[in-house]
Amino acid sequence: MAPERPILTMTGISKEFPGVKALIDVDFRLFPGEVHGLMGENGAGKSTLIKVLTGVYGIDQGDITLDDRPVRFHSPLQAQQAGVSTVYQEVNLCPNLSVAENIFIGRQPVRFGRIDWPEMRRRAQTLLRRLDLDIDVTAQLDTYSLAVQQLVAIARAIDIEAKVLILDEPTSSLDAGEVAQLFRIMRQLKQDGIAILFVTHFLDQVFEISDRITVLRNGRRVGEYATAELAQVDLVSKMLGKELETLERLEEQPKRELAAIESTEPVLHARELGRRGAVAPFTLAIHRGEVVGLAGLLGSGRTELARLLFGADRADHGHLEVDGNPVTIRGPRNAMARDIAFCSENRRTEGLVEELTVRENIILALQAVRGWARPLPRRRQEELVEKYINALRITPPNPDLPVRSLSGGNQQKVMLARWLIMEPRLLILDEPTRGIDVGAKAEIQRLVVSLSDGGMAVLFISAELEEVLRLSHKIGVLRDRQLVRELANTDEVDADRIMQTIASGATA
Amino acid sequence: MNAQLARWQPILRTAARHRLFWPAALLAVLLSGNILFTPHFAEIEVRDGHLYGTIVDIFRFGAPLIMVAIGMTLVIATRGIDLSVGAVVAICGALACLWVSKQPDQNSVGGVLVAVALALALALALGLWNGILVAGIGIQPIIATLILMVGGRGLAQLITDGQIITINSEPYELIGSGYLFTLPFNVLVAAAFAVATVALLRGTALGMLIESVGGNAEASRLAGIMSRRLTLMVYMFCALCAGVAGLMASSNVHAADGNNAGLFIELDAILAVVIGGTSLAGGRFSIGGTILGALLIQTLTTTIYTVGVPPETALLWKALVVTIVCLIQSPAFRARIAGVRRRPPPSAAPVEEQPKVGVPA
Repeated sequence: MAPERPILTMTGISKEFPGVKALIDVDFRLFPGEVHGLMGENGAGKSTLIKVLTGVYGIDQGDITLDDRPVRFHSPLQAQQAGVSTVYQEVNLCPNLSVAENIFIGRQPVRFGRIDWPEMRRRAQTLLRRLDLDIDVTAQLDTYSLAVQQLVAIARAIDIEAKVLILDEPTSSLDAGEVAQLFRIMRQLKQDGIAILFVTHFLDQVFEISDRITVLRNGRRVGEYATAELAQVDLVSKMLGKELETLERLEEQPKRELAAIESTEPVLHARELGRRGAVAPFTLAIHRGEVVGLAGLLGSGRTELARLLFGADRADHGHLEVDGNPVTIRGPRNAMARDIAFCSENRRTEGLVEELTVRENIILALQAVRGWARPLPRRRQEELVEKYINALRITPPNPDLPVRSLSGGNQQKVMLARWLIMEPRLLILDEPTRGIDVGAKAEIQRLVVSLSDGGMAVLFISAELEEVLRLSHKIGVLRDRQLVRELANTDEVDADRIMQTIASGATA
Repeated sequence: MNAQLARWQPILRTAARHRLFWPAALLAVLLSGNILFTPHFAEIEVRDGHLYGTIVDIFRFGAPLIMVAIGMTLVIATRGIDLSVGAVVAICGALACLWVSKQPDQNSVGGVLVAVALALALALALGLWNGILVAGIGIQPIIATLILMVGGRGLAQLITDGQIITINSEPYELIGSGYLFTLPFNVLVAAAFAVATVALLRGTALGMLIESVGGNAEASRLAGIMSRRLTLMVYMFCALCAGVAGLMASSNVHAADGNNAGLFIELDAILAVVIGGTSLAGGRFSIGGTILGALLIQTLTTTIYTVGVPPETALLWKALVVTIVCLIQSPAFRARIAGVRRRPPPSAAPVEEQPKVGVPA
């Protein structure tokens, strides 16, 4: 178990941003050789706490001690040098440099005043082997998957003689096997006496790996618990501050009959639609009021399929029918004219314009369709934006904040709002609940149900099978860039069956 | 005294946070320095129904730069850059002067109007060229506009046949050095252009859409914005602005000089945009800031000459002052200066004082 003295203590930490109290009098302890889960909803203050600790932000009040000495870092570099390393949610590496360069950037081994390349490659290789990763370290980083990039980031972090390793949502883009690999590495690091601070939204994961859990809510510490003595339900209610009924209520609702839904003309019918190198030709019909789930591993072609339907990429095979009429979709504009909306999985790169305000981001698509010469009147903008800020409970409810100052879950809601004001007939949601907390997740799921009850067709993509199963009337299973099966979501279909389909490529 | 200072402090602090505070403050410093040390600097008089004075001259000589910088602001807001504006200034001046010089009566208003129309149409065509290279073919803006920056000088020489075309046309001279309602005509044109541009950008959704494209091009495309068309329009607008500046410049010297007209104006314009608070990384822009930046640069140029720096070395001094301006504007630099000043005497505990400046939220 954890030794007596914590390696890191934070006491009475407070941090205020203009208009937001991000942290209020928060205490936190971290012992050597433990994995400590930091849990909380979006905007609870998890990221702020980490940034305050690593010197990204200054502190308004409070003290930090590391190894019994008071410290205060003014930059992440300083924190790193003192032994506090961080791997952020969004991989913060240079995609255009080699793997080895990324690991050693800023501290390359030097010989005779020049960079010692062979030494650097050798050390990078050794380091990665320790993480069970045998890759070409001279290859450019962006030739590897996100999961590998994440591991490279971790390799970089632990090479810096870390005493404290902070992992901020390291698993949000990893599949199950990669998560297991990461956990194995975490256990190994733990044995070496490194203290690991682990932030995640996956409850199962935090229970699997962590020794203790600290829960934050609305910028305050709720408490610190030994994982073994805490039930999942209790953790969730501590995070939310209320009993979690929303999800259960959702379960109780009987699903409408698939046959009844599918009796009408499909809103969108893809016939042998495909694009070389992206997704093999597939046929898929989506009806009014239907939720079609897409399941499959990371990189199985889920996103590529969705992008073809929206015209984000152009199909080079087959065609699309809208309401039974063949249409050509050359780009997002065409799709939008057919009342199709697409919420990308990459909020930061393909979704939001971060320096624009919440209001501007919400009305962006609507304004784009109206054209520049017909601006949406300010009053109408404010009405619409206020309506959706309230309906989706976007916090803080201030439409004039830059959208980058919002937490991940709230940014996701801004994206949803942008497309909901378009009143689409088909809404494509690519990983809408990734990297957001239980509360917001439940809200988004509830929203999907109510939208489809209102007649909207929804294509719902998620790496979480439970979620796909809970919401979909019909599930398309992808494997190796092929739509291999279409399953009606009946009572016999469960996660195991879908897993088997993914694994075997056929019905089990 | 102290109490009064305390009362002003919060107001000053709020003002200091405004993004145009530093350029405005520097302009004020430069102007008051001039007023103190240069005799007659602040004097403005009306002579023959015309407004005269050094400050009027700053506006008068600054008008072409303001024009070019307005166009440059929008290009930079789309995360682009236009290096060809200097060449466009030269080409448009050359074409207009050539047309006027070929008129049997150089003083005919009709001929001058045709010359202006031709020059501006050519400017739009040149902007279209830039726009196609950038938005249509997808060449990086700095390279795409470099082509016209270099080739354009040749085109200007071609138009003037390698000569300096001098003209003697009263209506044409009105554009660059004439007066209307006692005010310099080119200043009126620049002001009207600025007002119209702001009205167009902020009165419609154009400004927001440009900021969106510059802020995140892919997200904008997926939101249905036709970013190519928008980018094309912006490059055409920028060239149009440069064209008007070309008319002003050639009219002011009654001649078209393919080599020297608008030389290095692209650099001054980019500088004006940056001083005015628009980021070279695209996104949010400020036309007001740009105009302030252009005036700051023009005041600086005027100051250097009135102080008596020999013209050959003037660029060096300008560069020095501009460096200082840019440094003072940088919050990181100010924080460092403040940090050095405020560093407390070393204490036993390794807890350092946190500088209160420049912490991003």
